[in-house]
Amino acid sequence: MKGFSNSLIPLSRGGPILFVMALLSGCSDSLPGFMNPQGPIAEAQNDHFWFVVILTLVVVLPVIVLTPLLLWRYRYRGNAVYHPHWGNSRWLDIMIWGVPFIIVIILAVVLWRKTHELDPYRPIASDKPPLQVQVVGFDWKWLFIYPEQGIATMGQLVLPEDRPVAFHLTSAATLQTFFIPALGSQIDVMNRMVTQLHLQANNTGQFQGKNMQYNGEGFHHQRFTTRVVDDAQFDDFVSAAQQQGQALDRQLFNELNQQSDAVKFARAIGLNDYQHGDLMTFSPIPSHLFDNVVNHAAIAHEATNNNNQETTP
Amino acid sequence: MTSTTTHRPADQARSPVRHPGLNLGPSHQESEDVREEMVFGFWVFMMSDVIIFGLLFATYVVMLGGTAGGPGPSDLFEMKSAFIETMILLVSSFTFGMASLALKYRTDRKVLVIWLVVTLLLGLGFLFFELKDFHTMFGKGGVPSRSGFISAFFSLVPLHGLHVTGACIWLIAILGQIAVYGVDSFVKTALLRLAILWHFLDIIWIGIFSLVYLGGLS
Amino acid sequence: MTDVWSFIFGRLGWDALPFWDAIKDPTTFNIINGVIAGGAAGLVLLGALATVVWITWAGKWRYLWTEWLTSPDHKKIGIMFIVIAMVMLSRALIEAVFMRAQQAVGLDGGFLSPDHFGEFFTTHGTIMIFFMAMPFLTGMINYVMPLQIGARDLSFPIMNQISLGLTAAGAAIVMISLVLAPFSTGGWSGYPPYTELAYSPDAGVDYWIWAVTLSTLSSTLSGINFAVTIYKKRAPGMKLFRMPLFTWTALCTAILMIFGMPPLTVVTALLALDRYLDFHMFTSDLGGNMMNYVNLFWAFGHPEVYILILLPFGIYSEVFATFSGKRLYGYTSLVIATMCIAVLSFTVWLHHFFTMGQSASINAAFGIATMLIGIPTGVKVYDWMLTMYRGRIRISVPMIYAIGFIMLFVLGGLTGIILATPSVDYQVHNSLFLIAHFHNMLIPGTLFGMLSATNFWFPKAFGFRLEERWGRRAAYAWIIGFMLAFFPLYALGVMGMPRRSLTFFEPAYLPWTIAAGVGAIVILFAMLFLLIQLWVSVRDRHSNNMFAGDPWDGRSLEWATSSPPPEYNFPVIPEIHSRDAYMAEKEQGKAYQVPDEFPDIEMPSNSAMGVIIAVTGTAMAFGLTWYMWWLVILSGVVTLVAVIARGFARKTTRTISGDEVRRTHLAWLEHIRRTTPVDRSKEQTSENRGLPVPPVEGAVQ
Repeated sequence: MKGFSNSLIPLSRGGPILFVMALLSGCSDSLPGFMNPQGPIAEAQNDHFWFVVILTLVVVLPVIVLTPLLLWRYRYRGNAVYHPHWGNSRWLDIMIWGVPFIIVIILAVVLWRKTHELDPYRPIASDKPPLQVQVVGFDWKWLFIYPEQGIATMGQLVLPEDRPVAFHLTSAATLQTFFIPALGSQIDVMNRMVTQLHLQANNTGQFQGKNMQYNGEGFHHQRFTTRVVDDAQFDDFVSAAQQQGQALDRQLFNELNQQSDAVKFARAIGLNDYQHGDLMTFSPIPSHLFDNVVNHAAIAHEATNNNNQETTP
Repeated sequence: MTSTTTHRPADQARSPVRHPGLNLGPSHQESEDVREEMVFGFWVFMMSDVIIFGLLFATYVVMLGGTAGGPGPSDLFEMKSAFIETMILLVSSFTFGMASLALKYRTDRKVLVIWLVVTLLLGLGFLFFELKDFHTMFGKGGVPSRSGFISAFFSLVPLHGLHVTGACIWLIAILGQIAVYGVDSFVKTALLRLAILWHFLDIIWIGIFSLVYLGGLS
Repeated sequence: MTDVWSFIFGRLGWDALPFWDAIKDPTTFNIINGVIAGGAAGLVLLGALATVVWITWAGKWRYLWTEWLTSPDHKKIGIMFIVIAMVMLSRALIEAVFMRAQQAVGLDGGFLSPDHFGEFFTTHGTIMIFFMAMPFLTGMINYVMPLQIGARDLSFPIMNQISLGLTAAGAAIVMISLVLAPFSTGGWSGYPPYTELAYSPDAGVDYWIWAVTLSTLSSTLSGINFAVTIYKKRAPGMKLFRMPLFTWTALCTAILMIFGMPPLTVVTALLALDRYLDFHMFTSDLGGNMMNYVNLFWAFGHPEVYILILLPFGIYSEVFATFSGKRLYGYTSLVIATMCIAVLSFTVWLHHFFTMGQSASINAAFGIATMLIGIPTGVKVYDWMLTMYRGRIRISVPMIYAIGFIMLFVLGGLTGIILATPSVDYQVHNSLFLIAHFHNMLIPGTLFGMLSATNFWFPKAFGFRLEERWGRRAAYAWIIGFMLAFFPLYALGVMGMPRRSLTFFEPAYLPWTIAAGVGAIVILFAMLFLLIQLWVSVRDRHSNNMFAGDPWDGRSLEWATSSPPPEYNFPVIPEIHSRDAYMAEKEQGKAYQVPDEFPDIEMPSNSAMGVIIAVTGTAMAFGLTWYMWWLVILSGVVTLVAVIARGFARKTTRTISGDEVRRTHLAWLEHIRRTTPVDRSKEQTSENRGLPVPPVEGAVQ
């Protein structure tokens, strides 16, 4: 009545436009997230995302296009054909059930393959050996342990370019989720359990890292910067950390277990100028630090560099 | 709005005897339908209860390994006691069955009440042995705060015991109604529903006995 | 003295006052949060006081007690459920606006404290699901379903009262938590170990556990009631495949409630055991495993979202058919699709936690199962479009919601397929993309369905139509507000912004959070328009009166009664010969007939059980939360005594004489004789007094 079907048409065009705009917003180079992928995993995820969107639009777009047309053509005051008792058509039913079914089969086949290819637990093929990083989630900060280098960091995760990184992760506190959007998948971390993640960064730069699982007051502060550098800079970083890092002894470890974000923790250990995203380095670190956190065993009182790390699967 | 071809209310169009075992009397077709609905509804409620117990069974199985270095099934479970409890419940199902037969074939209340009281005593006896069991487990350090395994045990088995307690209370209430009103149709329907609950609890216990006790001690 | 205090009041102390922090540590920040929290508490107390004062002043206590609170009538109980839903909707909307406002100004700051924000997102989710959507749809089924199947009431009217009492108790607890704070900050899903005592020692999580438990018990009982009613109380000739789609979806919803609620009852009970009796079901140490919580919770959680959406699908089926003046397309297809969705809903729960470390094969299997559910849903959408095809469409208010739904919901479905793909979900899980997706399903799906249903059946329930102008404004505001508030969240999600985050540090997020904030304001106006619509409708009720009962030229049996229907619904139980039973009668010229006989009708008597359970339920939940053990025991005993006493009740029905039934029915028919029938072109004018012109084959009505 009163031309309301007319007023709905701009509505229907506006909706999906706004929607696609929203999705495409991530496409710009300076924007964070996997629409601007910095590694092979995130790139594959981006591709798969758009594949799913396009294929599903086959079923979705006709609804959005046809509904306003139906509203106009069969409006009450129009004179289109009127069949009040028509409610059945075998061919239409076959199409309605069949087309989505076929789309889902295609999506399912691709889903099965991609889920296995992009499994976080699956190592990334490369001629370089993976860099081992162990991640411990505290409330509300992340500790990054480099077992082969005998150092640990907080606030920044420094990674070499073009080399796969093998993460083993756990939580010393609640359930949390470790996530570097520009590089790839997020993975949950749980107390006394170990999860795994494999990522690789193809470009240098600085990318956000964060916790995605709410765990209290400091949740929004549980973030870090992923700094991807070339091999030479990475080696420099490692030696600087080994020489200048703070010793991670039991006392410092107790401080880690207090509920505090990285800034508050830094103040507690005497780093009064620390800001979120700055690099904090620790060396030497206790032997088998990660395993001891997982097994809830006592941390070695003195920090040493005895690090024959067998990472628990 | 209404068809002019039928004159009788809808209820009388149905066939006479709808529920075997429930003798409300020849002129009680309408109450027959109402009562059948109540019994059917109780079955549906039992289905939701099955889900609860099923999930607790599944959780228990998954947490079998969570003994955290504390006592396990062989340390805590006593086959003798569990067997006695099983026998008590099985016999109580039998005695409730006898009560149901008395309800169906007799018109006096004496035999019915006797069987019901025997069932009640058996139910209370079951609870007594079960509480004694728990007490013994506590003495051996089998407290839920000790480990996830024991917590899972104590989330499953006492829930069954709580149901048995509820069934016993219901049985006492029904005996009270019999004293006040005699065995009227309300009482009969209540007994039918309590019978479903009682036998259901027996079946759940057989599951507990098999999975928890026999499974744990083998 | 303190011993007596702690015995009576448990662990309740002065720090339960919501503005306590502001008093103890009066920084500006604390004062702002204290004012917000104190203001909310004040509103609750003021609202309660104002209600009591108004009822007393109007002298309506007796009326309230005998006509509403102790009534076993499914229609009254349905209305009361919906009233609870509307009140809680208002509260949870305000909470949403606060959260959006915080995120709009919150680049590295904002005005809410982290704990306060945590309570906001927890109460918003908990209220919207358990105390808005569930009561809304329970109330809708309660009102409409018995009328549609030709029954006089549900199978178990007193149990219906008890369901209402339990839901009211849960809602009361959530409202009380505004005055005696805090509420949980663990989200509506309450994952341990965060919600274990070690990390959340205060009363918040306990409030949440008991409020949710009350709601799950209520819904389980309602599910049983609905299913048995549909199985056993259909009028003769109303075979299952002649039932309206609304009743079909009500049946599937009821089945989902019966099987889907128990997992939540179990998991909250186990969490309570952990917190109260030092169990180790979900703790990190001593053999507990938090992953069991996640599995059990989502074994409930996934069927739950289908509970929330299936009934709106049924509502839309009714609305599309009625307002296209046409038979529903593909009835059998729609029924099969509904059943497929109901069954499949139990097979997909793992997609809520793809990131928890399962193997790729398990993740992929559940991802594929999730996508399969999209097929029957898509079938439904196309069947509705084909219902409009070759019809004559009238854009009434219920239809505006339906059209907004059909176009917006499919976009949400698309994002659902994205989330169902594990490898992509690893990027968007727990981000605002997820939030946007499920609001995209719940608002155009569930909420629009409820609002559409309200506008559709309000005239039936109250005897006058809702005013159209404000109804249209509200509908458009909802549609525009929803898009503005939630489409930006898709962008934020793919840019990596997490959910439940007080603030953010990437300036790139800011334009989107501001847009979303504006959208929330638009939605607030939409709510305001709804309230204005109600007020204007009540004011104009005499000129919009339609006692005749059929304002929309309806197709199913509920339209074959007066508006409002008599307590017993039908003077004589009808006999059914086809689908769209009432429309078939109208087409054969057999509507509005006089039965030969008017037998006496037996209806259930009033009972105070519902009120008793509401009071004891609130008391027990409150006592458990604050460790007031005497209160727990007392309310438990009272409940037990009440239930046992009910068992001793013998006079549970009353008889309405056939003469009275005849008088009422003839008076209605006389009113119809004096009413002018209208065709659909006058549907939205005040000439529409609830009587359509008789249908003429092939002609447009």
